[in-house]
Amino acid sequence: MVKIQQQVLALTGDEAVAYAVKQSEVDVVAAYPITPQTIIVERFSEYVYNGEVDTEFVCTESEHSALTACLTAAATGARTFTASASAGLALMHEILYVTSGCRAPVVMTIVNRALSAPINIHCDHTDSMVERDACWIQFYAENSQEAYDSVIQAFRIAENPDILLPTMVMLDAFFISHTLESVKVFPDEVVRKFVGTRRIPMVRSHEGKLVPFKLDPENPITMGPFDIYDYYFEHKRQQEEAMQRALQIIKQVHDEYEKISGRRYGNGLIEPYRLEDAEIAIICIGSAAGTTKTVVDQLRAQGTKAGLLRLRVYRPLPVQDIINALKNVKAIAVMDRSHSFGAHGGPIFHEIRHILYDAPIHPKIVGYIYGLGGRDMPENLIHQIYNDLEKILETKRVEKPVHFIGVRE
Amino acid sequence: MASVRKFALKDLAEKPDLIMPGHRACAGCGPAVAYRQILKAARGPIIATNATGCMEVVTTIYPYTAWRIPYIHTAFENVAANAAGIEAALKALKKKGQLKHDHVDVIAFAGDGGTYDIGLQALSGAVERGHDFLYVLYDNEAYMNTGIQRSGGTPLGAWTTTSPAGSVIPGKPEYKKPVSDIMVAHDIPYVATASPAYWRDLIIKARKGLEVKGPAFLHALTPCPRGWRYDMSKTIEIARLAVETCVFPLWEAVNSEYTLSAPSKVIALKSELKKPVREYLRVQGRFRHLFTPKFEQVIDEIQRDIDKRWGRLLKKCGMV
Repeated sequence: MVKIQQQVLALTGDEAVAYAVKQSEVDVVAAYPITPQTIIVERFSEYVYNGEVDTEFVCTESEHSALTACLTAAATGARTFTASASAGLALMHEILYVTSGCRAPVVMTIVNRALSAPINIHCDHTDSMVERDACWIQFYAENSQEAYDSVIQAFRIAENPDILLPTMVMLDAFFISHTLESVKVFPDEVVRKFVGTRRIPMVRSHEGKLVPFKLDPENPITMGPFDIYDYYFEHKRQQEEAMQRALQIIKQVHDEYEKISGRRYGNGLIEPYRLEDAEIAIICIGSAAGTTKTVVDQLRAQGTKAGLLRLRVYRPLPVQDIINALKNVKAIAVMDRSHSFGAHGGPIFHEIRHILYDAPIHPKIVGYIYGLGGRDMPENLIHQIYNDLEKILETKRVEKPVHFIGVRE
Repeated sequence: MASVRKFALKDLAEKPDLIMPGHRACAGCGPAVAYRQILKAARGPIIATNATGCMEVVTTIYPYTAWRIPYIHTAFENVAANAAGIEAALKALKKKGQLKHDHVDVIAFAGDGGTYDIGLQALSGAVERGHDFLYVLYDNEAYMNTGIQRSGGTPLGAWTTTSPAGSVIPGKPEYKKPVSDIMVAHDIPYVATASPAYWRDLIIKARKGLEVKGPAFLHALTPCPRGWRYDMSKTIEIARLAVETCVFPLWEAVNSEYTLSAPSKVIALKSELKKPVREYLRVQGRFRHLFTPKFEQVIDEIQRDIDKRWGRLLKKCGMV
């Protein structure tokens, strides 16, 4: 293992992202400011205005145009990046689908923030959860270090010719975006080498020629055509196949990155924490996993067999990895920092219950909606969830499958 | 880039068509004629992008395409942002020595819906940022692709399916938005109006738009036989009448300085050549309801409005 000398910088999550983008030799950044993502574009603007990067920086008049410009820049052969949050991501909604449908490997950071109304600038996952069906790979970082590492890995994953799908890296508003942490960073040339130059796959053109998959005057192709019932369905199916291929490639890129960084996040898709012999477990994403790990340690010290499963990647959903990781767990609490109104619990809860239906294991599962609009999720509330799980373990009964926790009743 | 403008009919016949026959546009489609003419103005490598609309649909029904140049469509309201992204990518790739060509032109096409209405924000943003591209508005004065609904570009009194010729309200009650003047107000290097009836003027303007550094805006009035309710053989005649009646005068604004183009300048110099608006309206079914005693005063209102706008334009062009 060749470990590379890394420097420790004090960075907020947003700054760590901007630094990773700076080092990844991005050709085009198009972005529009929105709290709490602003620091990413502000720092990146400084790199541009101080001549530290060659990037074409397009300060668009909206998020809709920001993502559009990244999409067409990527279609022209460029490496592209944008960042947004909340209402900005919602405004991009239409273009999210166009981006994945055009197989444009845009990388985007989302600083997870609640959706209006009432207007709220603080953390929850509603903004990116509503986009889970848009055929974007979704990473959820636990801290600033992981945000830095994931953005670098994201370019390799999105641009992989076997994937060619846009990729989102999420970090929690303020808890990560604005919190100063020690972040280990590589020298520029290490990141440049790891990310490499963008590879453009060859495709068969309408004239039957093998041509690069980009807008190239020497080999003209038509992108984004009118595509109805005779081919559209196959094209959508191809997107799903690319998503499934991503599972393996995300793990490979994560392994390769570990070789230079010494850092791992589980297997790259999921991160089990003291889960091997756990009887009760929480499943969550994002910064809440940090607090949960502390609580798990406290419970373990008292002899309680508690564990945690953090999903690092939510799309594609690592179904088999999740099932395998939970094989010894008897009662599970799924924490959702978003809610599907009128449904039976939050989106992660739905999917975990759903994938376990056909699994050889049948643990009890309860869902907790927490932390909407930035409401804190302190240790005592996580203890409360583990207490509930212990009761379920004792009684072998789930009284109430869906809870709201930390809310005034 | 040095540029030789050879646009005699013979020269044009020798230039390859960049948009090919076999597309699914209606017989007599004004936009299809204008696209073919505009692309004759290409001076070298060029990338095209199109907003959602008739021309996007008819030229790219998968697995076929009419485009002989690289082309991308993404959505309806963002074609100027498409162009911005392409242009930014070309600049970045050139800096890194990854672009094979010294220069690649970028041309964006959108209809009136994609320009006057849903695409105006992206257009305003892109030209404010100074991207080097030519934006072509093909204006057939309604959402024709979805079945003739009114847009900000639909003229006063016109029937559309969302401004019907009712027994109380005779077609669209509002005026056509002066979108090209809005573009001039952005202080961009080149804005022009053009008509497929005056093909040489149109092609030269398209070329100028490609040649200037920075954003250029070309507004072509392109009649639609289905939406305007006239016989498909009359497209060019009606396009010409629009100019002859001063409903759609031809002008250009270089660095915001307006000048009349020859077909309209002739009328400015000899006002007896200016035909009454009535002649333009009479040949189109979309204005038929105005030729009834109940609503005839709307024709006078349209004439007054056209005269007022023509007068203003003459002042801007220093012709008064």
